[in-house]
Amino acid sequence: MVAAMNDRAAPLMDLETTGSGLCLRLRGPQTVANARALAAKLDQQPDSGAVELDLTEVGRLDTAAAFVLVSFRDRREQAGQEVTFTGLRAGHQSLLDTVARSLPSPTTEPKTPFTFTDALARVGEVIAGGVKFILALLGFLGLFLARLARTLRHPSEFRFTSLVHHAGAVGLGAVPIVALMAFLIGVVLAFQGSTQLRQFGAEVFVVDLIAISILRELGILLTSIIVAGRTASSYTAAIGSMKMHEEIDAMRGLGLDPATVLFVPRILALVITLPILGLVANVMGLLGGGLMAWIDLGISPAMFITRLVNGTDINHVIIGLVKAPVFALIIGLIGCHAGMQVRGNAESLGRMTSSAVVRAIFAVIVADAAFSIFFAQIGM
Amino acid sequence: MATVELDNIKKRFGGTQVIHGVSTAIEDGEFIVIVGPSGCGKSTLLRMVAGLESVSEGEVRIDGERVNEREPMARDIAMVFQNYALYPHMSVRQNMGYGLKIAGLPKSEIAAKVDEAAALLQLEPYLDRRPRELSGGQRQRVAMGRAIVREPKVFLFDEPLSNLDAKLRVQMRLEIRDLQNRLGITALYVTHDQVEAMTMADRMIVMNAGRAEQIGTPLEVYERPQTLFAAQFIGSPSMNVLDATMQDGVLHLGGATMPAPTTATGKVTVGLRPEHAIADPEGPLSLTVQMGEPLGANTLLHGRIGDGSEAFTISLPGVHHATAGERIAFRVLPENLHFFDPETGARID
Ligand SMILES: Nc1ncnc2c1ncn2[C@@H]1O[C@H](COP(=O)(O)OP(=O)(O)O)[C@@H](O)[C@H]1O
Ligand SMILES: [Mg+2]
Repeated sequence: MVAAMNDRAAPLMDLETTGSGLCLRLRGPQTVANARALAAKLDQQPDSGAVELDLTEVGRLDTAAAFVLVSFRDRREQAGQEVTFTGLRAGHQSLLDTVARSLPSPTTEPKTPFTFTDALARVGEVIAGGVKFILALLGFLGLFLARLARTLRHPSEFRFTSLVHHAGAVGLGAVPIVALMAFLIGVVLAFQGSTQLRQFGAEVFVVDLIAISILRELGILLTSIIVAGRTASSYTAAIGSMKMHEEIDAMRGLGLDPATVLFVPRILALVITLPILGLVANVMGLLGGGLMAWIDLGISPAMFITRLVNGTDINHVIIGLVKAPVFALIIGLIGCHAGMQVRGNAESLGRMTSSAVVRAIFAVIVADAAFSIFFAQIGM
Repeated sequence: MATVELDNIKKRFGGTQVIHGVSTAIEDGEFIVIVGPSGCGKSTLLRMVAGLESVSEGEVRIDGERVNEREPMARDIAMVFQNYALYPHMSVRQNMGYGLKIAGLPKSEIAAKVDEAAALLQLEPYLDRRPRELSGGQRQRVAMGRAIVREPKVFLFDEPLSNLDAKLRVQMRLEIRDLQNRLGITALYVTHDQVEAMTMADRMIVMNAGRAEQIGTPLEVYERPQTLFAAQFIGSPSMNVLDATMQDGVLHLGGATMPAPTTATGKVTVGLRPEHAIADPEGPLSLTVQMGEPLGANTLLHGRIGDGSEAFTISLPGVHHATAGERIAFRVLPENLHFFDPETGARID
């Protein structure tokens, strides 16, 4: 076959059949100038048996040619044929190794068997991560309380304007969506409840159903979830972007404490406004439920109110609203904490923002479950 | 006005150590540039001086007093950041005076100081604008103004010019240096740009992977780099490095031999700055040109040295028309050869 090519750019290559397969003897400089020709040449070789590439007589070897050689070897080896390099100089060897190392690994990752220990390790990791997060959050709570106590002693350091601003954004801004949501929940509860209760002729209990579920659970829980989605993300985004732009460092350089300036007004704004939003949700939920009960079941507003006042324990309202500040604290802490975790790039800002929302909603639901158990235990 | 001392400073983030013991003493009014590749720990070191990051080990002293435990505010420093870190909702005047307002200075005094700084920085026409209505260079000047009004003992700069375009960078370089000179305030300046370091520094700290490779004046580092890293990092285009052998006082390099003034023997790593090559038809060394880069005042020729395969660059004054494959003979003065231990990278004299 071909012994040598007279084209200037073509690689010089001898071919020899040995006992076990082919031996290709490369000659002269192998560089980017003839890499394409070299690749074509190698592709032409019959793909049978082992191949030996003899580089003894190769002068210069650059990364382009090394890439051709290494990918030739990889292709053959994937097809189950052995390729060996012989006659390598130290420089060539290390170049080939470097190129082989920097090639991207195949996209189809080999499946590693998922063993019991792996599963155990992963569970352990998740739990350890969770515990660490909770401890960090507790630390943050401590910081918040300490700064709050400090501002009580030094009221001049308190950021009143900031508090008002955030209370407006967090509270007032959320009123329409919270009111609408609660109204619709009331409507749905009345509608579903009446369809079921009608079967037993117990329509009038729909009032109790609406009152208890909204006042005790749904009003405040759903409000918290909405606020978690709106506010935790906006806190994280605002604080995170300040962190990203080194504004927080600049602040500390000016002698401002980020906890006093950024966290206290934000978290306090939530603690103040969330109970109010919960109250709004309660009223709107009852309104929606009452309206639906009137339309669907013919329970007049007067009857609804009588039933509501006589049949519903005030405890339900108290239980509902007691939870609000705690949820507010959870949402605020998670939002601010996530903001401080942002590192220098926009990608981490996005990641922390969405994770803050997920964590805040999850934490609120967990806390709600804990409250349910607690109140059941003390018999309320 | 103050001295700053770093005494074997170390920093660990969790289990990973990123600063491995840096020591230096900075004199009153000195302009020190910390230079190194991205991720080598420059910002971390500066932030430890600023008090934005705790010191894991070692001591930071300002004016001889230990400040490790002090809040940034209590250290009497002012820091300028890459992203300016200005408050977007405040005017330039408010931004510059904010630190003073927090410190509780009377309004008239704040106004006087802000006006003075604005005059110094030529910011007077912009005092009532918002930061977003300013160009990058002006914003950075406002950030400096905010630092100046506080009359700190030490200025800290973290890559303040990285967000500016090349031309403005050159201009701001001069402005910062001039300002620091006039105010006489000790400054620590972080950059990854070795040209910035060379042009601005009284002394520079060349950092690599959390260690100070060399501390010295720009010319000291350029002329007598103490490590291979410092040799290659400082200077543009960077120093050529070749493996060579010393035998009986004769250097065998790139297929040539020449006398060399060094105590090294056996295998050595030789460094040669591109600009120290002197074109000479009789020269012992030769370059097989692969590519030429005419820069106007000089021409960079990239290729291989001798018959070898090692990449090499030389810089010749004026315009040179060299075609690929051409061989150019050159020589170097023996005093321009740098010798390093191939194992440790330390300089051998
Ligand atoms: N808060 C941090 N937590 C963990 N590692 C960090 C932190 N800050 C910086 N590092 C690490 O310290 C090293 C030095 O960072 P840095 O000082 O920012 O480098 P430079 O400013 O020189 O680019 C980097 O490897 C970086 O990943
Ligand atoms: Mg940095």
